[in-house]
Parts: sequence; C-alpha cells; structure tokens
Amino acid sequence: MKKLSARRRHPLAAVVVLLLALAATGGLYAVFAPADKAQADETAQSLAIDEGKKLYAVGCSSCHGTGGQGSSDGPSLVGVGAAAVDFQVGTGRMPLQQPGAQAPKKKVIYNQAQIDQLAAYVASLGAGPDIPTKKQVSPEGADIAKGGELFRTNCAQCHNFTGEGGALTHGKFAPSLEGVSPKHLYEAMETGPQNMPSFPDTTMPEKSKKDIIAYLDAVNSEKTESPGGLKLGGLGPVSEGLFAWIFGLGALIAVAVWVAARTAKAKKS
Amino acid sequence: MSSQENPAENLPSEQESAHGAVAVADEAHPFADPGLPPHEHRVQDIDEQAARRSERTVALLFTISMLATVAFIASFVAFPVDKSVYIWPIGHISALNFSLGMTLGVALFCIGAGAVHWARTLMSDVEVADDRHPIEAEPEVKAKVLADFAEGAKESQLGRRKLIRNTMFGALAMVPLSGVVLLRDLGPLPEDKLRHTLWSKGKLLVNMNTNEPLRPSDIPVGSLTFAKPEGLEEHDHDFQTQIAKAALMIVRIQPDNIKDKRELAWSHEGVVAYSKICTHVGCPISLYEQQTHHALCPCHQSTFDLSDGARVIFGPAGHALPQLKIGVNEEGYLEAHGDFDEPVGPAFWERG
Amino acid sequence: MSTENTTATAAPAADSRKKAPAGERVADWADGRLGIYSLAKANMRKIFPDHWSFMLGEICLYSFIIIILTGVYLTLFFHPSMNEVEYHGSYVPLQGQLMSEAFNSTMHISFDVRGGLLIRQIHHWAALIFLAAMFVHMMRVFFTGAFRKPREVNWLFGFLLFVLGMFTGFTGYSLPDDLLSGTGVRFMQGAVLSVPIVGTYLSMFLFGGEFPGGDFVARFYSVHILLLPGIMLGLVVAHLILVFYHKHTQFAGPGKTNKNVVGMPLLPVYMAKAGGFFFLVFGIIAAVSAIATINPIWALGPYRPDQVSTGAQPDWYMGFSEGLIRVMPGWEINAWGHTLVLGVFIPLIIFPLVLVAIAVYPFIEAWVTGDKREHHILDRPRNAPTRTAFGVAWMTWYFVLLVGGGNDLWATHFHLSINAITWFVRIFFFAGPVIAFIVTKRICLGLQRRDKDKVLHGRESGLIKRLPHGEFIEVHEPLNKEQLHTLTAHEQYEPLEIGPTVDENGVERKVKGSQKLRAKLSKGMYGEDTQIPKPTAEEYKEITSGHGHH
Repeated sequence: MKKLSARRRHPLAAVVVLLLALAATGGLYAVFAPADKAQADETAQSLAIDEGKKLYAVGCSSCHGTGGQGSSDGPSLVGVGAAAVDFQVGTGRMPLQQPGAQAPKKKVIYNQAQIDQLAAYVASLGAGPDIPTKKQVSPEGADIAKGGELFRTNCAQCHNFTGEGGALTHGKFAPSLEGVSPKHLYEAMETGPQNMPSFPDTTMPEKSKKDIIAYLDAVNSEKTESPGGLKLGGLGPVSEGLFAWIFGLGALIAVAVWVAARTAKAKKS
Repeated sequence: MSSQENPAENLPSEQESAHGAVAVADEAHPFADPGLPPHEHRVQDIDEQAARRSERTVALLFTISMLATVAFIASFVAFPVDKSVYIWPIGHISALNFSLGMTLGVALFCIGAGAVHWARTLMSDVEVADDRHPIEAEPEVKAKVLADFAEGAKESQLGRRKLIRNTMFGALAMVPLSGVVLLRDLGPLPEDKLRHTLWSKGKLLVNMNTNEPLRPSDIPVGSLTFAKPEGLEEHDHDFQTQIAKAALMIVRIQPDNIKDKRELAWSHEGVVAYSKICTHVGCPISLYEQQTHHALCPCHQSTFDLSDGARVIFGPAGHALPQLKIGVNEEGYLEAHGDFDEPVGPAFWERG
Repeated sequence: MSTENTTATAAPAADSRKKAPAGERVADWADGRLGIYSLAKANMRKIFPDHWSFMLGEICLYSFIIIILTGVYLTLFFHPSMNEVEYHGSYVPLQGQLMSEAFNSTMHISFDVRGGLLIRQIHHWAALIFLAAMFVHMMRVFFTGAFRKPREVNWLFGFLLFVLGMFTGFTGYSLPDDLLSGTGVRFMQGAVLSVPIVGTYLSMFLFGGEFPGGDFVARFYSVHILLLPGIMLGLVVAHLILVFYHKHTQFAGPGKTNKNVVGMPLLPVYMAKAGGFFFLVFGIIAAVSAIATINPIWALGPYRPDQVSTGAQPDWYMGFSEGLIRVMPGWEINAWGHTLVLGVFIPLIIFPLVLVAIAVYPFIEAWVTGDKREHHILDRPRNAPTRTAFGVAWMTWYFVLLVGGGNDLWATHFHLSINAITWFVRIFFFAGPVIAFIVTKRICLGLQRRDKDKVLHGRESGLIKRLPHGEFIEVHEPLNKEQLHTLTAHEQYEPLEIGPTVDENGVERKVKGSQKLRAKLSKGMYGEDTQIPKPTAEEYKEITSGHGHH
C-alpha cells in the first residue's frame, strides 16, 4: 500500500495509468471487435514497448546495457523473449539485489502491467518465446503419469523427486518448485533461466510441459496428500534418519529413563 | 596378542571394600564401601490409599489399551483405504493409516505403561545383591576336562593314524568346492559386454520425451535433451539393461566456446552428445548448468566440463564422460557415427 | 546336565502330590522333559541392575522383534520379481507407468491393502531405530568399559549384529525397486566393479549379467528375509545367553562390588519392566508410523537406470560410506591395459576399516594393560580418559562422514557451497578426530580434578559465610560415605615399564618390538598427563583434620 501511494506521485504514474486504461480499453475492444484485432493489438503493443523501454532504462539498463546488448554485469537480452522477462521479473529474481552465486526468488517489485511492458520491450529487441496463455499452462486434461515420467527424466536430477529443490556447484541451487505458478513453470522450462537449461518446444512439446505442470500440481501443491503422514520435507533418507534419531530414539530413551528411574520415596518425617 | 611375559605388571590393587553390608568406613578407611544403603519405603508401601491409587491407574491404562484395540478394529472396518483427512499440523493424510497407527500405538503403549507403573509402584523395590561366580572353571574341573579330552583323543587314534587324519582333512577341505562350483551359473562371464552399447553407425538419436528423431535445429544453445538409440522401446524386455549404457545427454554449445578439439570434431555445429552415465559409479549425470557448461552428478557431485571434453573438474570421478561422435544423415536427422570408443559408466579392471 | 537329578526327585513327588494345582502339573510335565525347574532355579530371581542406559540393548532387541513380525506380514504381499508390468492401482500419478512387479506390489501394499502402509512404515521406522539403538548401545558399552573381560566375545557378537543390520537394512531398502533405492544399488554395483581383477566377474555374478538385469530383487530378497536375519537371530540369542551367563555389569556405588550384582529380581520386577518396555517401544514406533511417512515410493517412482533425482542418499546407517565416496578425490591409474579405480576402491576399503577401528579397540586395550581379571564394575567415561577420547574421536570421524554423505542437503539448507562442504569433510576426515581426541581428554581430566576436589574439600554448597575477621568464604559440605566411596572406587593403571634393557652384569636383555610398542602405548594411555591421581586416604585425613580446627 505504502509503495503504491509513493508511486502515485511518480512522474511516470500518469503515463502508467493512461497506458493501463489504454490497455484495458484495447483489451475490451479486442474482445468485442475481433475483426480489427490485429490493428488494435499493434497499437497497444507499440505503446507497451515504449513504456517498457522507459522502465527498462530505469531498472535494467545498468547491467544489461541501454539497448539490451548486455554488459560485464549482465547477459544480453536480445532474443530471450517475453517469457524470460515475465519469469525473471515476475518471480522477483530481477532486478538483482546483490551479486551472488545466483539470483534468488524474492519479493516482486513491478506489477504485472509493468512486467508486461518490460516483456514487450525486450521481445521487440529480438524474437524469443512468448508469454504462454492461460490455456497453454493449464494442467487440465494433461496426463499426470506421463508428466511424472518426464519430470523424472528431465527435472528430478536437479529439483528432487517431487520438486523440493537441490544443490548445484559452488553455492548455486535448483529452487523448490512448491507454490510456483503454472505460468512461471512453463516459462522456466521454455527459457532456461540463469543456469537452468532450456527445454524448448522442439524437444519438449507444449503437451509435455502441460503434463509436467499437472504432475507437479498433483504431487507438490497444497492439496497434495501424503498418505503416510508428515512428509519431512520430502528430502528422503537424511531427514528420515534425523527424525528416527531425534523423535524415535529420543522418545524411546526418554521412556527408558522413566522405566529405570527410582520411584519417589515416602518423605521421612 | 596376549602378554605372556610382562616385565612389570602394574595392575591396580582391588578397591578396599567393607566386608559385609554393615558400614566399616572408619577413620582408617575413609573411602571404604559402606555397603548397601538401607531400604526406604515408597508412599505405596506405607499408605494403602496410595497403593490403591496406583492399582487404579494401572487398571485404567489396561482398560484404555482394550478400548484402543476396539477402536483399531472399528477404524479398520469404518475407513475406506483411500479416505484422506486433514490433521493439523501433519497435513492431508490417509485416515486409515493414521487411525490404525495411533490406536495400535495407544493400545501397545498403555499395556507397557501399565506394566511398568505396576512394577515401579507396587512390586517390591528392595534392592537385592546376588553373588557373582568367576567364569573360569575351578582347576580340578579344568584338569578333569583336559584328561577326558586326552583320553578321547587317544582312543580315537587320530594322532597315531596319520593316514586317516590327512585324508580326512583333505576330504573336508575339498568338499566345499562343490558349493563354490555351483555358484558359477549365477551369471555370465563379463567378456566384452561392458565395452559395447546399442549405438552403431547410422542409428538415429531419438528424443526421450517425444520418441521422435532429433534434428540439429531442434536443439538451441542452452537447452538440454536426452536421447536413446533408434529402435529401443520402453516395452523391450532388455530396455533397462540397454538404457543403462546407451542413455545420451545432448547439449549445444557455441562452437567458439568448445575448448576441446576432438569434442568439436565429434559434434555437429556445436551439438554434442555425451553419455548420461557417470564414470564414477554410474548415476545418470544430468545436472547441466547452461551458463558454465558444467554437468554435476547428483549422487556424488562429480563435475564435468562439457565444453572441454567433459573432463572432470571436481569430485570423485576418475575420467571424462565418453562422447558419442555424431553427424547428420541425408534427411537432416542426427545420427551416431558408431558406438562409443570407450566403455561407458563406472571404470573397471579390464577397462584399460 | 541335570536330568538325573530331576527324574530322581520328580518321580516320588508326582505320587505324593496328587492334588497339585493345574499350573504346577503342567510345569511338572515340562520339567520331566525339559528340566525347566533347574533352569528356572538359576534364572527366575536373577538380579538386574537399574539404569536407563542398560535398557538401550532392550530397544534393539524389541525393534528387532518388531521388524521380524512386520516383515513376515510384508512377505505375504510382496512379489520379489523384476518383471515389468503396467501400474493400474489406485495412485493416480503413476497410472499406466511401467514398473517392476516388486514396485507394483509395494504400491499395492501401500495403497490397496488396509493397514499395509502402516505395517510398511513400522517395518522401516523400526529398522532405522534398530540401527540407531544398536549404535547408541554400542557406544554405551564402549564408554563404560563394559566390553572388558569376560565380555569381549559378546562385544564382538554385538558388533557383528550392527554390521549385519546395516546390510540387512540396505538389501531391504533396495527391494521396492524405486528410483531412490535403484540408484543406491547402481552405486553398489559401481563399487563392486572397482574391485581389482575380479570386480567385473563379481558384478556379473551378483546381478546375473549386466546391471540391472532381472535378478537382483529376487536375490536380495532371499538375503534380506532369510540369510541375514537368520544369522542375526542366532547371534541375538547367543548375545542374550551371554548377558544372562555373565550377569549384568553395574556402576560403582555403595554395596556394589566386583563380586556381586545389585538390583531387582527378574520375577516379578524385570518381567514387568522389560516386558512392559517391549510394548512401550512397539507403541511408540506405531505412533511414529502413524504420524510420519517413510520412503514414500509413490513419490519416488519406479527405477529406470537413465533417471535420477538429486538428494540420492542411503538410509542413515549407510550414510558414512556415502560420505566416504563423495569426498574421495577421483584417482584412477591406467597402466598395462588395466584400470585401478582408486577413487572408488579406496573408500570401499576404508568403509570396513571405519567399523573395525572401534571393534578392535577392546582387544588393544586388554593387550596394553595386560589385565586378565574380570571386570563387572563399569567405568565412568571420565575415569578412562584415553578410551573416552578415542571413542569420541571415532564418533567424530563417523559423523564427519555422515555430514559428507548429506553434503547436498547441507548446502541447500545452510546456503553453503557444496564444494566447500566437500573440502571441509576432506580436511576434517583427518583433523576432526585429532581435535576431538585432545579436547575430550582435557575435559575428562578436568572432570577428574573436580571429583578429586569434591572428595577432598566437599561439595560447594553455595552458602557464603563471613568469618569473624571479615573474610567471605563459601561453605563446602563434606561428602557422605556413599559419595566418598563412589568417587574413589575407580582403578587407575600405572604405565607399563619395560625395565632396564641391560642387567646388572651388563648383558643386554632382549626386549621384543611388540613389548616396546606395548610400553609406549601404555605410557600414552596411563602415563603422565593422562589421569589425575585419585585422592588417597592420607590426603583426605590430612585435610579433614585441618578442617576440624575451624
């Protein structure tokens, strides 16, 4: 809230509002006038690109270069596509807070409209994967079991059996996939953020990505059942061993102390 | 390891101890054993009401156990095997597993708790001392046993009849050989099985995800793809054994970034194919970091540089990942130019 | 041994006591055939001392029994076969997947057999607790010196049980043929391959051909349910017989000597306590199995040699071997057409040596002290500083390796670099035990000094008293007789002297190298700076008489 009120007086605020209004109008227009869609889109698009360019100049250009050509502090963004921007900025990984082994997930700084503008601008620098549509990322109708097999072949080596995450070299890590939205999962597979390799549609078609998203939805979401009880982080034998030592053997030793302890003696008067 | 000759045995002297249970720790022997302290009564020993309370507690515990067993049977009947419940703070769990486990746990625990409480509060708690007897036999017993043995040994004539002794030992030593020989058919001889995989000249690289052959254009820089040889299907009876050797990891690296000359020569426009099986102990290595071109093994952290002939840069692996020489056939699909030129997977004695 | 006695006394007794109660008649019947009265005479009122740490062995025994009971149940449903089948059970995320019958039947047990999941979880949790309890039990025996004569053989039996338990656990963990255990089996196969000369043959024979083949589940199954548990059952019985035969050790205290055992009789107190404890152990393990899941194979998926997950670890008791293999540098020697895979083979050799190091210590100690007497009074760990320091050093070694075995999880959960952790383990594999040895010995000596102070000057009461001339002193309460005895009951060895190597005539006496080594070790264990001389009666009298003048 505080941030929002602070931003209200930003010189760009009016432009953003105008743009949002335009985008909304454009969107509505597009719904009701499919015939003129292309033209309306184009107008909204070019406006978004302009807006995105401004946002880019303020927030991104210091590392990625004024034209997205990259610098010693950040890679080139030419050809990474809108999906990459939506993922990196939409999960808070960008803008980078401090240099480190890798950019971790953190609080998202831009709102979705700003992210879309940034994405539109970066996409205009060179062709790359687009932001997927709702339909593309929806787990509905996907083959969960096939998704599991694909996950174990392509993803589990870094992200663990059900997406709990894991270690990479020199402090880098594959993050946990718990609570990551289907759209961001899809974008990550498509674009390969940071050190993650990409799994483009040519080798992993849209259908396979949907299967994987559906699998994760089934095995690593709030509604996932763990029939046997506490998942213990889903980390396997290490956490199971700790649990067995601390709670299993710990409880048994506590009981043994009670069994062997002397019974209280009557007070001598 | 025993010490037959001890030039100077410096064993400590036995602790001075009072003879008999009565304390004789006096001025002269301040640290002597004062003997067992006198027994003190528990509340239950002197107060019948307290004893009754204990009795009721024990009986209550046993009763809870009975009720828990009834509850166990009831939950077995009542809950369908796939019913799920939300239990805070555990989460969504199987109703049957939780109820059976908890009721069984309570039923068992209460029996134990009842028995122990009974023992602790109502059974006698007078400490008793029991004498120990040396484990070693008395000298007479030992002498008798040795004499008996000598007698028996003499009567057997084993010492005199060397022929019997030697042939008997020979027979006993040889007979287990039959058992060893029988183990021969546990498995085939290694021969050169570990040297070959399903890959051969002209076999297409088939995408693991789609089961379609791959083209170089399918594989952009920074992507990771897994492949198997054309013709190998999941339903094949030897799929597991074949894929354990033939699994491929395909990445594309800008040719300028490939440091190893042979790697570049065996690639196709920067598309390189490496064995997915770690050369350490055979885990499928595939934690590919696309910016550093390093591949890490999730099992033991061997790290390979895929831009430099997949040489080992960290961890316990002893040699680089084998590379498969690939090219493109007339239809534009990626194909193998032959089998791996060295055995894939963990090293072994005959590997050379 | 006493059949003559029993028949002789039982025959007339049967005539004279026609109206004996039913229970007695049954006992008579059994006695006439089994000699139970003579057996009971020695054991029915056998004395057991009370101490919580004496019950650790019982936790092992009971979890072993629980494992056997639940294991038998699991065999009724488990199919030890690697034939590939399609899954059509009730767990949706695996529908239609190819898997071995072993995995399929484990899924069936977990999702379609009522209570099957509970029994599976009890079996697995009990196995982890069994090994953990054996470890703690073994450490208890070690640190209190309970392994000394006459119990050395029982120490070895216990050690064998621990090692066999590890392998029984490993084979059991491998049976469901899931992606995690399959990775573990693959690791084992790679380790077998590294054995010089015969490695490939061993691997082919073990797996019936190339890895994974179609045999190992069935083979591991018979090892897991028959061979190893059979041996273990025999060892457990032998272990218990020896415990009964030797009678239990006890801590020093008033009335407790090396020639007696003080405690409560088996009937009724220990019958109730030990019998009750079985139910307590079973109850707690059942509750743990209701609350926490273990080895959720449905989340792991069926094994495929081209698939893997990060976080691939064995159960905890194999963790130290995992650590060994993870931190070993990748040494490999190629010469004359052969490969010596030191990077795998050296850890494979160190693996048993880690265990043997602790197993042989009792024999080394016995050789150094040359003590041939029976020991039934336990040492307090502080009173055997070298032994205690060695034990802590060994445990440090073991736990450093455990850290190495979980290096990836340490990295993600403490935001560290996996490479840094690996280097830490490499260094502390050598440095850790040394540091632990020195620190522990210092602590032991400090505690000995404190005990000595307590004996000579009494317990600090916390009461401050002002003396007539204004000085403040803390009142020290003298210890009572029981405490004085308990704190001075331990024995202290003197270092072994070889004596002059030249006799009075100037003739050189031959001293064997082994004797020189023994003397050196003895000096290291009992020489200067290894123990605080315990207070003598003279010291005590001098000080207490001084106090009397206040």
